[in-house]
Amino acid sequence: MSTITRSSRMPNAGAGGWDVERIRRDFPALHQQVHGKPLVYLDNAATSQKPQAVIDALTAYYTRDNSNVHRGVHLLSERATEAYEGARRRIQRHLNAASHREIVFVRQATEAINLVAASFGRTVVGAGDEIVISAIEHHANIVPWQMLCAEKGARLKVVPVDDRGELIMDEYARLLGPRTRLVAITQVSNALGTITPIRRIIELAHRENIPVLVDGAQAVPHQAVDVRELDCDFFAFSGHKAYGPTGIGVLYGKEAWLERMPPYQGGGDMIKLVTFEKTIYNDLPYKFEAGTPHIAGAIGLAVGLDYLAGLGLDRVSAWEHELLEYGTELLQAVPGVRLIGTAREKAGVLSFVLDGVHAHDVGTILDHQGVAVRAGHHCAMPVMERFGVAATVRASLGLYNTPGELEALASAVRSAREIIAG
Amino acid sequence: MTELRDLYQQVILDHNRKPRNFRVLESANRTAEGYNPLCGDQMKLYLDVEDGVIKDAAFQGKGCAISKASASLMTAAVIGKPVDEAEALFRRIHAMLTGDVTAKGASSGDGLGKLAVFEGVREFPSRIKCATLPWHTLRAALSGAGEAVTTE
Repeated sequence: MSTITRSSRMPNAGAGGWDVERIRRDFPALHQQVHGKPLVYLDNAATSQKPQAVIDALTAYYTRDNSNVHRGVHLLSERATEAYEGARRRIQRHLNAASHREIVFVRQATEAINLVAASFGRTVVGAGDEIVISAIEHHANIVPWQMLCAEKGARLKVVPVDDRGELIMDEYARLLGPRTRLVAITQVSNALGTITPIRRIIELAHRENIPVLVDGAQAVPHQAVDVRELDCDFFAFSGHKAYGPTGIGVLYGKEAWLERMPPYQGGGDMIKLVTFEKTIYNDLPYKFEAGTPHIAGAIGLAVGLDYLAGLGLDRVSAWEHELLEYGTELLQAVPGVRLIGTAREKAGVLSFVLDGVHAHDVGTILDHQGVAVRAGHHCAMPVMERFGVAATVRASLGLYNTPGELEALASAVRSAREIIAG
Repeated sequence: MTELRDLYQQVILDHNRKPRNFRVLESANRTAEGYNPLCGDQMKLYLDVEDGVIKDAAFQGKGCAISKASASLMTAAVIGKPVDEAEALFRRIHAMLTGDVTAKGASSGDGLGKLAVFEGVREFPSRIKCATLPWHTLRAALSGAGEAVTTE
């Protein structure tokens, strides 16, 4: 196994007050061994580990306040409702949304996008209309639009990317036309880490009065998001990638849009009055929240986002950026490594292939050295096709990762080549 | 690291680097495609079956070391075998990889010759499908179903 020389660019743990060792103590799952080696968790784009505060919030809710929301006349229900609605307002503030009515709880970004496709899409999109997405979308921001297009006879237009994985903005501008009904584009690519010029994307679409949905699943864990500053019409993200629980996510929608949109699902809580003749729908955001919601999840997500905000999102971004640069340098020094996705603006993702070794084999060998990564197509098969690979190895960063962990990654990748390619 | 060596045995590494029967078989009268959507592995299997005997077998495609070595060793093992023997081999391999002890011939690699090198794969649940993909593709080719098989 090769030793790695520490480079001058190695992030200095503790610099700027970023005490990564102290932060790591907040995440109990990080402190374990896998296959007899200390866990190096680099699969954060799939899901992040949870701080103790989030775990405690879930336990406290189920231990003390568990009850249904919005309907009970008893104390526990009042406490649960207060905690659930309190979480909504904290998340509203985190995103700087204008009103709590614009924060709809869903299961994850996938459901948020499906909600918009089903409700907005079915109302606004017709035969011959167009929806614009990009070539680096996650399947969750492709398939719902394909399904809608198939149903309506509409067309999907795809903004191409260059060899670095950056959107070709001239092509984007050309795709916007009189039949474009919606632009749905990611803020950060899960497979490549590309940060898209989302402000410019929104600005150009708005010039043509086209609304924009932002897939923010990979943005929220890594940077501050201000939906009013972005001026996006919809913003979707998942809680579990942003240090919150699984099964909870948020759709932000401008109130003017949400008011015009029909409900997504029918059931309890989304109605004001039901007779067999007709039903009067509830106010926002409840119109879109049929059935008992994931109350504990919403509370846990608010705690997760508070945790992020408490550390300072600018400092989180800065730390992860240093790690990304260091990891890029380390991997580029490993013989046979080719990075996939080399956009000038990147966040949190090191996607690569190793000459002579399939990503799946790299993944297994890394796992046996304690290094958890993802190997595969990352739910972005068109991205893989664009770059002519079947699969990549993806190491994705979280705020608790360390320079030493990236050294362990690089060293494990070297050994993968030694084992398989000989 | 002993466990990792159980998976990546020398025979597997050798067949990964130099897969046998890795070509298009012009004389093929049975073909099937196999696909593992989890990792993107794709393979096409070619068989030349005459009078109930697999006269020749070959494959093309891209995949990890386990799936490539499995396809390589499988084609080498079935060439010259009657179809029913190849199918019996499928069942034995499947039982060995999935640890199905109720299957006839138990679940060990005893008597499987070189194919026994895949016994270690059983300890790697995320990799079992890599090893079984060529075998499922073989069964599809023999049954003449004509549809691509997937591991999902």
